[in-house]
Amino acid sequence: MSSTVLDYSKEIPVVEGVPSASQLDETIVKPINDFPQRNWFIGLAITGTMLGIGGLSLAWLLYKGVGIWGINQPVAWGFDVVNFVFWVGIGHAGTLISAILFLLRQKWRTGIARFAEAMTLFAVLCAVQFVIFHTGRPWLAMAWLFPYPNQHGVWVNFTSPLEWDVFAVNTYFTVSAVFWYIGLIPDFASLRDRATTTIKKTIFAVLSLGWRFSNRHWQHYERAYLIMAGFATPLVLSVHTIVSFDFAVSIIPGWHTTIFPPYFVAGAIFSGFAMVQNVLIITRKAFKFEHLITMDTIEKMNKIMLVTGTMVGYAYIMEFFIAWYSGNATELFVFINRATGPYWWAYWTMMTCNLIAPQLFWSKKVRTSLLASFILAIFVNIGMWFERFVIIVTSLHRDFLPSSWGMFVPTMWDFGLLIGSFGLFFTLVLLFVKFLPAIAMAEIKAVVPGAQPSHHGNGASH
Amino acid sequence: MEKKLYSINAIYHTPNDIIRAAKAVRDAGYTKFDVHTPYPVHGLDGAMGLKETKLGFVTLAAGILGAVGMISFASWVAVVDYPQVIGGKPYWSWPAFVPVTYEIAVLLAVLGTVGAMIAFFFKFPNTSHPLHDTPYMKKVSSDKFGVTIQAEDPQFDEKKVRDLLKTTGGEVEEVHYTEEFLTFKPNTFEPKFLLLLAGIALATSAGGYLYFNKVLYLPPFDWMVEQPRFDVQSTTDLFDDGLTMRLPVEGTIARGFMPYPYTLGAKADSVGKLLVNPVVKTAASLDLGKRKYLTYCSPCHGNFGSGDSRMNGQFPNPPTLHSDKVRTWPDGAIFHTITVGQNVMPGYQYQLSREERWAVVNYIRTLQRAYNAKESDLQ
Repeated sequence: MSSTVLDYSKEIPVVEGVPSASQLDETIVKPINDFPQRNWFIGLAITGTMLGIGGLSLAWLLYKGVGIWGINQPVAWGFDVVNFVFWVGIGHAGTLISAILFLLRQKWRTGIARFAEAMTLFAVLCAVQFVIFHTGRPWLAMAWLFPYPNQHGVWVNFTSPLEWDVFAVNTYFTVSAVFWYIGLIPDFASLRDRATTTIKKTIFAVLSLGWRFSNRHWQHYERAYLIMAGFATPLVLSVHTIVSFDFAVSIIPGWHTTIFPPYFVAGAIFSGFAMVQNVLIITRKAFKFEHLITMDTIEKMNKIMLVTGTMVGYAYIMEFFIAWYSGNATELFVFINRATGPYWWAYWTMMTCNLIAPQLFWSKKVRTSLLASFILAIFVNIGMWFERFVIIVTSLHRDFLPSSWGMFVPTMWDFGLLIGSFGLFFTLVLLFVKFLPAIAMAEIKAVVPGAQPSHHGNGASH
Repeated sequence: MEKKLYSINAIYHTPNDIIRAAKAVRDAGYTKFDVHTPYPVHGLDGAMGLKETKLGFVTLAAGILGAVGMISFASWVAVVDYPQVIGGKPYWSWPAFVPVTYEIAVLLAVLGTVGAMIAFFFKFPNTSHPLHDTPYMKKVSSDKFGVTIQAEDPQFDEKKVRDLLKTTGGEVEEVHYTEEFLTFKPNTFEPKFLLLLAGIALATSAGGYLYFNKVLYLPPFDWMVEQPRFDVQSTTDLFDDGLTMRLPVEGTIARGFMPYPYTLGAKADSVGKLLVNPVVKTAASLDLGKRKYLTYCSPCHGNFGSGDSRMNGQFPNPPTLHSDKVRTWPDGAIFHTITVGQNVMPGYQYQLSREERWAVVNYIRTLQRAYNAKESDLQ
């Protein structure tokens, strides 16, 4: 802040200025009550078109089968799994912000937590569609994915990382959705009491379950929130760890490494923060949330991206080192082939976007520039998508037998589904910011200066 | 409609005021009171004298249930119900069950906590509380803080309550309700509501059934009526001979089948010396031999092997098995004859397995001995 001597005992206020609680409500509820702006409709038209492209690709996929994709032996996992890992990774920022930063008492998370949680849900939805549809006959997927008693007397294999993945992603989605909904209950009640039309009032009354802001309820509510944050924290780490097991437990050179779990988790947080940053900056601008989502928050997000980006870069280099140090010729070949083989451009896109670009965040000027943050976050998103492409495709396209070597060339349907997933994600984001409070009203009111009593009576227990 | 008093409320403007007011109300000995704040205010639990929440115990119970339940289930599947050797590991590879166990423990712990909180701690959903839709609720849901003292409180006295709330600096209000309001409870078991649910269920299942089975008619909802396969004895363009049924590749033998090296041309006598009867005469083996004999041999050779079957006279007479020739044959010669046949008798190697043929041989030996019993056999 303005003082030249840093005072670490004082926290930087989450909300700029000292707005009253009712002002905060006004600001947050404005997008919901106002008739949507023209820009919102333009945005929805674009994302809707993308969604439509995805829908068409999906229909054709269901009609013809996965043969319309570019996958074949030896590259049997293509865009489907690349996109799955990419979207699941994006989904990690939400729970990280809402759970881990909550436990660490990082109050700056308040302004963006709701937003990030919603993005988690949407991203996991985007991810799940790829794993479901890449099974080929998704209408039978239930039989392969879930252990249920059936007339064949067959059970799923609980020792398979792919089955762990089913459990991890489902649990993650359910817990994130519950976490999100519990956070929304007091806000639904606020909206109910502000509603002017009967329809809105009824909808919000039902959604709020009849919340009355009673302190006898807040007491349990806060404990439940703490418990959920405690559970979601290891959960968020477990999900991408298990996703990385899908690769690391196999014996493909380039996949079979023990560094994968921490490396994937760092990458997930990295890409998730980048996506949150992108959407956040646009929303902040469009809905005039400058006082609630402060430059300080954006700067802190950039710092986390710098840290996680460097961790990911460390993993890239360490993989190379271990490939050489292990003395395993196949392993070394795979890594040299990654950097200099036919997919060298993917590798160097990844290196540039993920390791080199975020290093600009060392400069405070870059960190506190909206435009630079936005552009660098886009770079990170591109880089992280290419990271998954590099891991999956370059490890597979050079098989153990040189006679089985091949190339992966995506078809238009691969791209159609990729575009469709972005369409789905941003359509849901647009609907979310229009119809639900994008910022947790009850939470942000609690962290405004002067919101808490200046004295604590009787050994306060909140 | 008669209106009843629900509570006397007071509105405060700052968090400090609400803490002070909550303490004052508690100290005055009221028990049926509540504090409403737009967000959780630190120190209010202590000021109201609330006990620590017991929600954590629900979490613990649900989490343990999930963990124990899942690892037991996975173990039962892997060891008892569907044991498979995967990657050469033991059936009970419990470390590999840890991820799913962990996920289910977290899932149940969270769902249990939230479910218990909403249903039992809050008694939600309840959208018809007297406080709902009052000016008081609208204030505390935005930016004000409020205390309510309910008329149900044992020491409730309207004047005293008003005085107390006024001295703490609150703006006093009242909330009334009508009996009608409270009697209107959205009841889950309301017949109309249940009827609606049933109607929806019926409509969706009927619609779903028609859509999938009649309109869409795509797999798997064509119930395998259309199958991309060749039926037995249908024709095909795929093979030159136009037949869909194929013979196995020449030289193919079934599992456990031992090819028989001797052909019809070989002499039963000489082959018989080369074959050794491997089947011990046990009651079970003789019983098997009897059944097979009665099925395959008795139509011609007669129930007891004397050639006196119905075929006698309308066919080249089937020979008796009690002749000197057959009695002096080695076991292998009878076996050879059963296997490849002789004269008009066909071979039975496709109907009877090796063991069954030897069992029949033993049974024939038993019949022969019974027909030519010695004195010593009678004892």
